[in-house]
Amino acid sequence: MSVKKVSGNKSVSYARYGYLFILPFFVVYAIFTLYPQMLTIYNSFFEYYRDGLTIVGPNFVGMKNYVALFTKNSSGYIPLFKFLGNTVWLWLLGAVPQFVIAMMLAIFFTSTRLNIRGQQFFKTVIYMPNLIMASAFSMLFFALFSQVGPINQLLVEMGVIDKAFNFLGVRVTVQSLIALMNFLMWFGNTTILLMAGIQGIDESLFESARLDGSNATQVFFNITMPLLMPIFIYVLITSMIGGIQMFDVPQVLTNGIGTPNNTSMTLIMYLNNFLGTSKNYGMAGAVSVLLFIITAILSTFVFKTINKK
Amino acid sequence: MSKDINKSARIKLLISRIVVYGILIFLAFLCLFFFYLMIINSTRSNAQLKTGFTVIPGGHMLENFINAWNDGSINIPVGMKNSFIVSSMCAVLTTYFSALTAYGTYVYDFKYKSLVHIFILAIMMIPAQVSAVGFIQLAYKYNLTNKLWMLIIPSIAAPSVYFYMRQYLEATLPLEMVEAARIDGSSEFRIFNTIVLPIMKPAVAVQMIFSFVGSWNNYFMPALLLNKAEKKTVPIMIAQLRSADYSKFDMGKVYMLMLMAILPVMVIYIILSKSIIKGVTSGSVKG
Repeated sequence: MSVKKVSGNKSVSYARYGYLFILPFFVVYAIFTLYPQMLTIYNSFFEYYRDGLTIVGPNFVGMKNYVALFTKNSSGYIPLFKFLGNTVWLWLLGAVPQFVIAMMLAIFFTSTRLNIRGQQFFKTVIYMPNLIMASAFSMLFFALFSQVGPINQLLVEMGVIDKAFNFLGVRVTVQSLIALMNFLMWFGNTTILLMAGIQGIDESLFESARLDGSNATQVFFNITMPLLMPIFIYVLITSMIGGIQMFDVPQVLTNGIGTPNNTSMTLIMYLNNFLGTSKNYGMAGAVSVLLFIITAILSTFVFKTINKK
Repeated sequence: MSKDINKSARIKLLISRIVVYGILIFLAFLCLFFFYLMIINSTRSNAQLKTGFTVIPGGHMLENFINAWNDGSINIPVGMKNSFIVSSMCAVLTTYFSALTAYGTYVYDFKYKSLVHIFILAIMMIPAQVSAVGFIQLAYKYNLTNKLWMLIIPSIAAPSVYFYMRQYLEATLPLEMVEAARIDGSSEFRIFNTIVLPIMKPAVAVQMIFSFVGSWNNYFMPALLLNKAEKKTVPIMIAQLRSADYSKFDMGKVYMLMLMAILPVMVIYIILSKSIIKGVTSGSVKG
């Protein structure tokens, strides 16, 4: 609006620069993202894969790929549901502690009563794992927790266990390791975002509550949490959107097979398998479309919270 | 009486401070412990690594480094070179073109201006994996696998970087300044390059860092696109370590390779941690 005020009727003659400046973005987007996306959706209605050296298809099969996605396999379960369930479960295992701890830390750091020293140091340290290459982090955990790795050595030396424990062969420990990595990678980031949210709340509200004799719990539930809600929901849903795309950590930790018994196979690992040697563009397309729908639903919540603010 | 209350309040505060610092130190320990083990183990020989757990360096760092650098199957120098090319090119292109696009929708009035803005926001959340199927299909069809530019050029269209730049412009660029430059006779393109970009330096710097780190760590797309040894980026090589027969490896070398994979980002973080942490909050939530 302010543009019109400043540039007046001249703005018309500058319009072409607007188009010119946004042109590279849209050309690149159309070729490298939009067209591939359309092709992905198109593929999902075709039988199109590689079987050894022969390429099967593309043959139009309608909804057959989608039907296949929702059909039980020879092991008696629907892979899509199982892997989607795994993904949500693995996300939850990491995200619950992540949000609880981050909320706690955000309150500690913003508390004038506690007046925590060395905040910059603590923030620097807890945010660091977020920037670490996830595949390297996962490989590191694999090496550290392997049967001949230092964690097993330490536990045996301490007498906690008699002989090396196969952390990567048991569902509980594999899932816990994935959750631990996700927790470590994201709790610092969440802390910083929630902290900024709390700092955005009018300080005088906290002061008057204190003068009224409210205790810390009352302040948290009556002032901090309600006013932080939009940001909290934003951070939560973006975490969900990130969670549904979980790939690097379980892929590298389990070498792409989601050991044991596919219990740590995520949705994107499933998609990735279709894009391996079989190049099953049809099924991969169908999985992608579902991924798109799930993300779209979650994103509308994000936009609602942004607009409310 | 009031002195007693004061005293008990002070003791309470002291106790809660001890608990809070305890939690903070524990979490900081947890964040550093695994990386500390990695660094220590990268200084130990394979024989030393087999003897047991220790937190004391082993004195074989240089040896492990030389072995890792000259490894026959994992060509880490080439991987780091490829990763460096992709990451730095992405960092430059994504910030420049996002700034240009943001400037385009902010300063100029054109017919579908607000539609364009809303469109970019709407596509922001679409995961990269959704276009992967079509992207890979096209890459194979037109023989474009193993081309690094296939990872670089798409960074020109980065909706989230656009969003950040747009917000930064709204907050910092007075339109009068553009108007004044026009009166001085500067061309539109020149105004952007010589007046607007310098103003946007802090935003460009932050986004360059995040973009560099993001590309450096990116695994999903590059792994699907690059299968020639001389074109692979670092994350693909690290994942390769995992899929290779584990017992054959000199573990000192493996830890060294991991250290080398994360070191460039670590160095950047140690130097720029303050502005990186500031950048985390500034781009995320509007307002």
